[in-house]
Amino acid sequence: MNITAAPTGLPAAGAEMTFGRHGRRTGMTQPSTPTRPAAISAQGLVREFNGLTAVDHLDLDVGRGEIYGFLGPNGAGKSTTVRVLCTLLSPTAGRAVVAGYDVATQPGKVRLRIGVALQEAALDPKQTGIELLRLQGRLYGLSRSEIDGRLADLGQLIDIGDALGRPIKTYSGGMKRRLDLAAALVHNPEVLFLDEPTSGLDPVSRARMWEEVRRLNRELDMTIFLTTQYLEEADELADRVGIINDGRLVAQGTPDGLKRSIGNDLIVARLDASAARAREAVESLPGVLSVEAKGDEVVVTAIDGAEAIGAVAVALNTVAAVRHLTLRTPTLDDVFLELTGNHIQPNGRGPGEAGTDETTGRETVEVGR
Amino acid sequence: MTALDLNVGAEIGARIGTEIGTVRAKPAPAPRDVVSIAGRALRGVPRELETVIPPIFIALFFFVVNIGTLQSITERHIKGFDIKAFMLPTAILIGVTGVSRAGSLVLDIQDGYFDRLLLTPVRRLAILMGHMVADVAVACLLTVPILLLALALGVGIESGPIGVVAFIAMAGLWSLAFAGFGYAIALKTGNPAAVNSSFLLFFPFLFMTSSYVPRGQLTGWLNGIAAWNPVTYVLEGQRSLVTHGWQWADLGKALLAISVVGLLSMSLCLVALRGRTRRG
Repeated sequence: MNITAAPTGLPAAGAEMTFGRHGRRTGMTQPSTPTRPAAISAQGLVREFNGLTAVDHLDLDVGRGEIYGFLGPNGAGKSTTVRVLCTLLSPTAGRAVVAGYDVATQPGKVRLRIGVALQEAALDPKQTGIELLRLQGRLYGLSRSEIDGRLADLGQLIDIGDALGRPIKTYSGGMKRRLDLAAALVHNPEVLFLDEPTSGLDPVSRARMWEEVRRLNRELDMTIFLTTQYLEEADELADRVGIINDGRLVAQGTPDGLKRSIGNDLIVARLDASAARAREAVESLPGVLSVEAKGDEVVVTAIDGAEAIGAVAVALNTVAAVRHLTLRTPTLDDVFLELTGNHIQPNGRGPGEAGTDETTGRETVEVGR
Repeated sequence: MTALDLNVGAEIGARIGTEIGTVRAKPAPAPRDVVSIAGRALRGVPRELETVIPPIFIALFFFVVNIGTLQSITERHIKGFDIKAFMLPTAILIGVTGVSRAGSLVLDIQDGYFDRLLLTPVRRLAILMGHMVADVAVACLLTVPILLLALALGVGIESGPIGVVAFIAMAGLWSLAFAGFGYAIALKTGNPAAVNSSFLLFFPFLFMTSSYVPRGQLTGWLNGIAAWNPVTYVLEGQRSLVTHGWQWADLGKALLAISVVGLLSMSLCLVALRGRTRRG
């Protein structure tokens, strides 16, 4: 594992996963640390409020240029973690380094290098959009020409046309979110914190926000720390996901790895005729672990469903015509359930989760339980 | 190479820097921070005329009504007394006392915009000072229509044009000193109702003093309180500029009174600011 120590001397944490708090899972095979130098590093981070522990000995490392999804239910400690990492709160104990500087002892240097879009768009409703962005640029020490240049660069993101000259109080929720993100980006930060950036947005606005997050990461190699309670968002955007519950990091890894670590993929097929002969046709295929047939339905357990589904479909077609074929994979909610005994959201899904097929384009994949 | 060439070159350089993503934040000089915040506060004034119009109206109202009520009785009983000149500082202080952006600061806290400011490298003190600079500017502007009315009514300023400037500056400084209480409450509580309640301080300050008649005409107990009320000395300092010219003793006492109130309110303000921006 290649971890580079931060400039302040904080050694990169070997943030191994903290499992088994609920006596359920005690290990995963996913790498828990990034493969690039750390842009964000925390060791034993604790934040208490009047004796209540909101963040409980958090260890994490986020590599430069990585999109890190911080997933957890309401009240898990996501926003408190962000507020500590972006210098709005001091840690009660432990240490955190962001962009090479200690958040407790060098907050000014951290602020110069980070951009933050908090959970609620932090805007002044009486200013116009352009006034807010220009003021933001001035407070970051940018010259007028630099601000003009950045506004031109951010034009596509802002994309609110003439409304930029109108008071912010007249903006829609989506426009406010985009302006808030633009304000966080005016000074071209190295690390961007997004605290539930799509909360309350309609699906179109959410998709646009996702695309912008991807573009920032892809084109500018910006490190992005994204908190969310939406499973789909973490799944879609994050290179790695940390799952937090009751202030503790309970799992960390790539979304696929985390899901795979708790179970195998299921391929469910319905045939035009009896599935009795399906077992012998499919069970010897590479990657297939087991086959169950009942009536006209066949359930195939595979190590990698996406890899096996083509061969399974062809083999089943030799038995009978395949009417319906579905690949089911475990979700991050399944991971959370496995680790904590609870769903991240009461119904086990985040908003938009039901539309996974449409938004991801994975037509053969039904994400769900 | 001419200065123009250098400017164009710098602009092109900055533009290229922007395009290749090399724009990097840096701490702005402290005066620039203050000017930036003050500029935002001043831009907000025309959008919130409801915070400016009532103080002007109230000041003009009391100026006219008090003259109408008291002119006959005071000028008849006090030899050489000019009620219009006497009432001018009272009207001005009624107008500028309590004028502040503390209410807007509370809204910033509630809207989360204060957090956005704290996330930038701006100096915490500059946030407060920027608002206060705007307050002083607004307070000075508020005095103008009242002064114009007084001049139209025949009030002469004995200390001349420079005295007018000193008069306005004194009003602005008093406004700032008093505004500190509102900011302290705003930063401490983050509650608009609490900020509005700071208006209650207005009454003892402005009415338990020589607002309506000279101190010598006040009854015993009120005269005793007026002697301890800093507004008494601010009024007397301003009146001296209007009716007697440059009376350095009166002006010194006025500035001392403003300084004492300012020291108290700003101390409270700084403690509240430290509490609000404390990250622990």
